Amino acid sequence: MASHEAHIREPLIIGKKDYHQVTEDITYPIAGKANKYWWMAFTVSFITMCWGVGCLAYTVGTGIGVWGSNKTVGWAWDITNFVWWIGIGHAGTLISAVLLLFRQKWRMSINRSAEAMTIFAVICAALFPVFHMGRVWLAYWVLPLPNQFGSLWVNFNSPLLWDVFAISTYFTVSLVFWYLGLVPDFATVRDKFARMGKPLQQKIYNILSFGWSGNARAWHRFEELSLVLAGLSTPLVLSVHTIVSMDFATSVIPGWHTTIFPPYFVAGAIFSGFAMVLTLMLIARKTLNLEDYITVNHVESMNKIIILTGSIVGVAYLTELFISWYSGVEYEQYAFLNRASGPYWWAYWSMMTCNVITPQLFWIKKVRRSFVATFIISIFVNIGMWFERFVIIVTSLHRDYLPSSWVMFHPTFVDIGIFVGTLGIFFTLFLLFCRTFPVIAMAELKSILKSSGDKYKK
Amino acid sequence: MSKKVIYGMFDDEEILLKSAKDMVSKGVRIKDVFSPFPIHGIDPVIGVPRTRLAMGAFVYGATGLSLAWLMMGYMLIFDWPMDIGGKPSQFFYMNLPAFVPVSFEMTVFFAAHGMALTYLIVNRLYPGQQPHNPDNRTTDDKFMVQINTDENKKTAEEIKSMLSSTGAIEITEKEA
Repeated sequence: MASHEAHIREPLIIGKKDYHQVTEDITYPIAGKANKYWWMAFTVSFITMCWGVGCLAYTVGTGIGVWGSNKTVGWAWDITNFVWWIGIGHAGTLISAVLLLFRQKWRMSINRSAEAMTIFAVICAALFPVFHMGRVWLAYWVLPLPNQFGSLWVNFNSPLLWDVFAISTYFTVSLVFWYLGLVPDFATVRDKFARMGKPLQQKIYNILSFGWSGNARAWHRFEELSLVLAGLSTPLVLSVHTIVSMDFATSVIPGWHTTIFPPYFVAGAIFSGFAMVLTLMLIARKTLNLEDYITVNHVESMNKIIILTGSIVGVAYLTELFISWYSGVEYEQYAFLNRASGPYWWAYWSMMTCNVITPQLFWIKKVRRSFVATFIISIFVNIGMWFERFVIIVTSLHRDYLPSSWVMFHPTFVDIGIFVGTLGIFFTLFLLFCRTFPVIAMAELKSILKSSGDKYKK
Repeated sequence: MSKKVIYGMFDDEEILLKSAKDMVSKGVRIKDVFSPFPIHGIDPVIGVPRTRLAMGAFVYGATGLSLAWLMMGYMLIFDWPMDIGGKPSQFFYMNLPAFVPVSFEMTVFFAAHGMALTYLIVNRLYPGQQPHNPDNRTTDDKFMVQINTDENKKTAEEIKSMLSSTGAIEITEKEA
């Protein structure tokens, strides 16, 4: 069979797959029964989720006072978690949209689950701003409603309102992009159940597949839709974290109002998103038997993006330090000195170690091609990026202009419970996704099998 | 001439493409092709016109941008001007820099969702729709061409022999 790609390029899909084998491998977790590891993971995630929901209910019932936030540190764990989750939610659409425009074929093994991760992460993120409003039943006041609803028109000068528009657009567009890509694969699952003689499952997956038939006209429109949605999603991904960073950058708090924030936050978001994708994918490839589809080459490609974005983040940290000194503003200088040597020094240096030093290990080829090393470093990056937001938010706030207002922030069990609960929500949704949805974009993968599969590649 | 539908099944998209080109050059009209993934190069062969979805997306995006400007101009400039941090809000253009993020987001929102809805409508995809792929293996690893005899001058027998000589592995015939 003719090969369409340079021979020196290593195959992306190994194990001598043909089209039918791809269908069999990807639909296997859906058609089969869950093993005990899945049930164990699901039980733990589900209990954690229930604990988080309980803490949220306690917050709503009693009030925001149950959190550790105080008058000086008005934003703490909630917004830290919000920014962390939103950052994680950037990888999926980046992988499927930006890498589609750049024609990176390796995206096809990971884009489906990365997009799912994006959607679940944005759900977790959205919980925090909604619940930090306190009276969640009035959350609809963020919408542009006429004055007689109790508030004035929303303020279009406020970055917090831009966030409402950015995140709702990002969530819905990512959801549509993901689902419309799933439609042909649901049809494959439907027809697989038809061949297995299971009418109920066939019916369910037919509803999910919207009756997809896979004729030439539909595919033609499908490709056009994917391309244009990718083109629309690319600036959208960049805009979302830019706007999130403006929540801070447009304020007058020392340590927050810096013009470097938008690019720095976007790089950080991609950095943390890729780390979370790696954490999940390395588990998924083992538990769902996807070793032939998510190979060491995929991991290496993602690690290269981690080096790039991690280095951008590192440069941004150093630039911030330099500019605070160079500005000559003593409040700025103090804010940064205090970050590194004040009472939260441990958070600052955890951030520096995890985000600046550990990803540099990927310059070594052996490290970036090792599953174990990648898994450990991805966890480090996840932790480091959480600390980054904690450092930015809490250390900037805890030293007010008035020294009499200087306080420390101590999280309560509710703060911790809600954060752990969102991890539970995230993993519960992801585990359900693994069992019921095709975790790899089968149709896309089949279309590159001849150029990138080791069965056809010479 | 009796109305018949002939399906030719292939197990490789490159053989199908060659066969389709061959048959079209001999004057056969191919009604449709069913495949588990897009076959690149099949559209001009069987005469699928270029879709105008992207143009639709532009129109929806322009609608979104106009609505965003109308909304913000009405709310913050015309109906209830607010003095926020002394920022000028007497005229739309003065407040425009602050309107950029929402304008962008609404443009993308309308373009993406408008296009997605149009895509579902023109492809007739909705929950509860029944699939019309002739064989359930066409979403797995088989490729199928559909030829309607009433659209062709050639007889069913001639079409079938052309299909089998160009590599079809299974040929079925149905009364339309």
